[in-house]
Amino acid sequence: MAMNAQGRPTRADAATAPGPTFTGNRALQIEESLIFEREFGGTGVDLPEPKAKDRLGSMKRQSPLNLPGLSEPEAMRHYVRLSQKNYAIDMGPFPLGSCTMKHNPRLNEKMARLPGFADIHPLQPQSTVQGALELVHELADWLLELTGMPAVAMSPKAGAHGELCGMMAIKAALDARGETGRTRVLAPESAHGTNPATAAQCGFSVDDIPADETGRVDLSALKAKLGPDVAAIMVTNPNTCGLFERDIRAIADAVHEAGGYFYCDGANFNAIAGKVRPGDLGVDAMHINLHKTFSTPHGGGGPGSGPVVLSAALAPFAPVPYVVKEEGRYQLVETRRAAREDGENMHGGRLTAFHGQMGMFVRALSYMLSHGGDGIRQAAEDAVLNANYVLARLKSEMTPAFPGHCMHEALFDDSFLKGTGVETIDFAKGMIDEGYHPMTMYFPLVVHGAMLIEPTESESKQELDLFCDALLSIARRANAGDASLKGAPYFAPRRRLDETAAARNPVLRWTPTASVRAAE
Amino acid sequence: MKKYTEDHEWVSVEGDTATIGITEHAAGQLGDVVFVELPAVGTKFKQKGEMAVVESVKAASDVYAPVSGEVVAVNQAIADDPAKVNADPEGASWFVKIKLSSRSELDRLMDEASYRKLIG
Amino acid sequence: MRYLPLSAEDRRAMLKTIGVRSIDDLFVDVPREALNAKIDLPRHRGELEVERLLGAMAAKNRPAGAGPFFVGAGAYRHHVPASVDHIIQRSEFLTSYTPYQPEIAQGTLQYLFEFQTQVAALLGMEVANASMYDGSTACAEAALMARRVTKRGRVVVSGGLHPHYAAVVRTNSELAGDTVSIRPLDVEGEEDLAAQIDANTSCVIVQNPDVFGNLRDFTPLAKSCAENGTLLIVVVTEAVSLGAVKSPGEMGADIAVGEGQSIGVPLNFGGPHVGLFATRQKYVRQMPGRLCGATVDAEGKRGFVLTLSTREQHIRRDKATSNICTNSGLCALAFTAHMTLLGEVGLRRMSLLSHEAACKAADALSSVPGVRLATPRFFNEFTLRLSANAAEIVEALASKGVLGGVPGGRLWPNDSEAEDLLIVAATECTTDADIADYAHALSEVL
Repeated sequence: MAMNAQGRPTRADAATAPGPTFTGNRALQIEESLIFEREFGGTGVDLPEPKAKDRLGSMKRQSPLNLPGLSEPEAMRHYVRLSQKNYAIDMGPFPLGSCTMKHNPRLNEKMARLPGFADIHPLQPQSTVQGALELVHELADWLLELTGMPAVAMSPKAGAHGELCGMMAIKAALDARGETGRTRVLAPESAHGTNPATAAQCGFSVDDIPADETGRVDLSALKAKLGPDVAAIMVTNPNTCGLFERDIRAIADAVHEAGGYFYCDGANFNAIAGKVRPGDLGVDAMHINLHKTFSTPHGGGGPGSGPVVLSAALAPFAPVPYVVKEEGRYQLVETRRAAREDGENMHGGRLTAFHGQMGMFVRALSYMLSHGGDGIRQAAEDAVLNANYVLARLKSEMTPAFPGHCMHEALFDDSFLKGTGVETIDFAKGMIDEGYHPMTMYFPLVVHGAMLIEPTESESKQELDLFCDALLSIARRANAGDASLKGAPYFAPRRRLDETAAARNPVLRWTPTASVRAAE
Repeated sequence: MKKYTEDHEWVSVEGDTATIGITEHAAGQLGDVVFVELPAVGTKFKQKGEMAVVESVKAASDVYAPVSGEVVAVNQAIADDPAKVNADPEGASWFVKIKLSSRSELDRLMDEASYRKLIG
Repeated sequence: MRYLPLSAEDRRAMLKTIGVRSIDDLFVDVPREALNAKIDLPRHRGELEVERLLGAMAAKNRPAGAGPFFVGAGAYRHHVPASVDHIIQRSEFLTSYTPYQPEIAQGTLQYLFEFQTQVAALLGMEVANASMYDGSTACAEAALMARRVTKRGRVVVSGGLHPHYAAVVRTNSELAGDTVSIRPLDVEGEEDLAAQIDANTSCVIVQNPDVFGNLRDFTPLAKSCAENGTLLIVVVTEAVSLGAVKSPGEMGADIAVGEGQSIGVPLNFGGPHVGLFATRQKYVRQMPGRLCGATVDAEGKRGFVLTLSTREQHIRRDKATSNICTNSGLCALAFTAHMTLLGEVGLRRMSLLSHEAACKAADALSSVPGVRLATPRFFNEFTLRLSANAAEIVEALASKGVLGGVPGGRLWPNDSEAEDLLIVAATECTTDADIADYAHALSEVL
């Protein structure tokens, strides 16, 4: 034979891993400095120098900006390297309870970028944006049909902004009735922090409603707290424990009987969309997080969109602007005066410049048109099915916070960790090393060491099985006394970060002398 | 004389001056204290009024006045270095000194034994 | 359904594991009469059909890029590099959540830290937060913050503030129990705001360039505010101006807020945009919104976390500085990526090119008979006084393919003094041909 000993070895040799690398990089994990830690002075955009002398006079900027400009290759590399330090839904399960991290269809992105939607100005003549107004109107119709409510305010910019809109409408309605003595708002202890914060922003005081032993509103305790000074209750349904408020009709009736309104936090509408209409449950106002239920992306914390559906009693108190259709033409009603000429008693003020999150509206309608009424219902059913499957698979090793089935999210407490030395946070950080984003931890506040798992309908059974097996293995490690969980994560771009130091000595921007240590 | 409240403040009285702080138990539960907001000298408080704020990374808590009175001194050292609250909550890291306006309010507070029992 | 991975067989097997017979056994807590309500909506559709439906709606709108375009008043058409849109569509940015788990969210956190640094520098302030919904809500939050800092209850609003912003301030501050004094329309920028300050005034809110385009130096007003313990809030709705025009910080602002849309974010028919919020270091604990801070990890490596969260609703609940939760993360990324490409050099050029285009447009349009330039000192936006109703002229121009600006009647429908005003903006996207077309069309319709 003709011997050929040239070429590369093809067998994998097992060798001991070396210490830290020279660069600090670890193969695909590349350390990236701040843009400010580079040479200043350049630009990555080719713009000509202006020819004419400016007419700014004494209004010219005096001080330098000291901001670097990077060439396009440098900038791309900077942001791509940064992106690789993030976990994302597109990489794996992101079971953050209450946050609804479902798949973000790319068709929605494509549609939102059509110049007819992205490149139009909010103050163009209305005759030149009829298609945009049609889209807002069409989306509003879908929301009304899905919720069974008679009116919707489209301009709120996010869920909390929607809460503000709804609570403002309630306050305005009470004022119109001359009932200014209603100053108290009731909300369960398990509520999202935005509920009490919103109520306070509207000038109401906030009073807790206790939960019963099944994790739901304690109806008799609620009734005892109702009175002539109660403006409204704010109840999330399904609630933040992942449970449907089975007394919801009785709750609504009791509040209405006492002369108050029922604000429903619709953050968990994804569990029931297409199955149950909040309008059939006695709701007066409810915001819908388009970025949760209708999958406009979360984008690392926004932008969101929070339209608010309103009952007939509150509809006259919606804010401007809103879209009406008259004789085949869409009209944007932008002022109170114009609103009154419409014969309506619009009371609400303006919540934001312009007309709301158009870019999110396009994405949400694209999602709805794609799913259809049947797909929206199926999505809700699959979300509930997936959560219950996780609950069923995990309850052998982990401790559900409440007995029975759940809706779209499964809540566990930390009693299965008792005596192990491992806490909820360690368990969560252990999930990171297994390749998962942790579940929501330490919320809701009513459950000790809470772990709230929301798989959403986007996970396949195969993905869920591996996920459950991984969580069970972490639970077993904890129970076997595996102290290594206390130091997790080990394989992430960073180990646990010192939040105490960050808060005691806040460094909130780069400065040439800031005590920000460079990556080692 | 040292007394305690159900909200985990302690008050130590000498003459008509009451020194107030948060208990060791409270400091432990809060975790690493990162921020303390103190009232201005001269501010008057009613018993149970919100007097100061103490924050850890995960929580913010109001500190209530255990007794009514006027603030005569504040402990700037803990505002400058909040970690001191964890180090010596019932000693050097007192919050405020107030001039008592009603000694009888002290009777409604707990003694050490009752407080120990409360926190189990 | 292409978005749902479970098969019918999966569903059966999973129900069995759960121990129920049908999906509705999991909905047992829903009142029976409310379950499976009849919902009258069309069935699911394929991508092609959805594209057709939405494409048809989009086609009915006239995009800014389709011809001469001079609309501004709070949203501006600037060129955005292609790489910016690519960056914000990276899965790791687009499909991630608020960075509550910092070990696997350093990408988001680091760009927020860079964003905060850039925003603070642009506005000339000490600290900036990680963004608000938009400029108008940032402005309203600034008024509420001034209330917390000063413990006073009266807000004075300049007649040169964008009327939508003024309305949002009124909505929020009145809700909090404050009085809001909105000064009359001030086309020439000559109002005396210092005279409006009283002992209960928490803040004065002004805008530069103002809504009419006037460049206004608020340095003397800042002094009056400081003497009275009143905070000066300076609003910037055209962020690109900051590359060439005196910043709020240089004038002595206590809080500076802005609309960041001009840098990196498309017009989007008004949203999403990105609110900028900056202030003095000493007020940082009274700020609304998220803040990103630097720290180290367990191995001593630099990293970033959300910090000072005890101000926020998820911890402070009814005592939070604001109810805001979701902000404008991805638009903040677009802003910071575009700003990183521009740098100081590029921003200054973009800024001066916009100014230059506006100067040319003002010269050309004010020489049309029946047109008078009402705001002689401007950056990239100016106001014309027309010899006819501006809203009608704008419609007539639109039918000739020119989007000529924002008529005063659109912004101040209750003020007849505004009817003949036309607010006109130009940017680096505006060409000489656009200006010539506009001047020609205007001379035809006036």
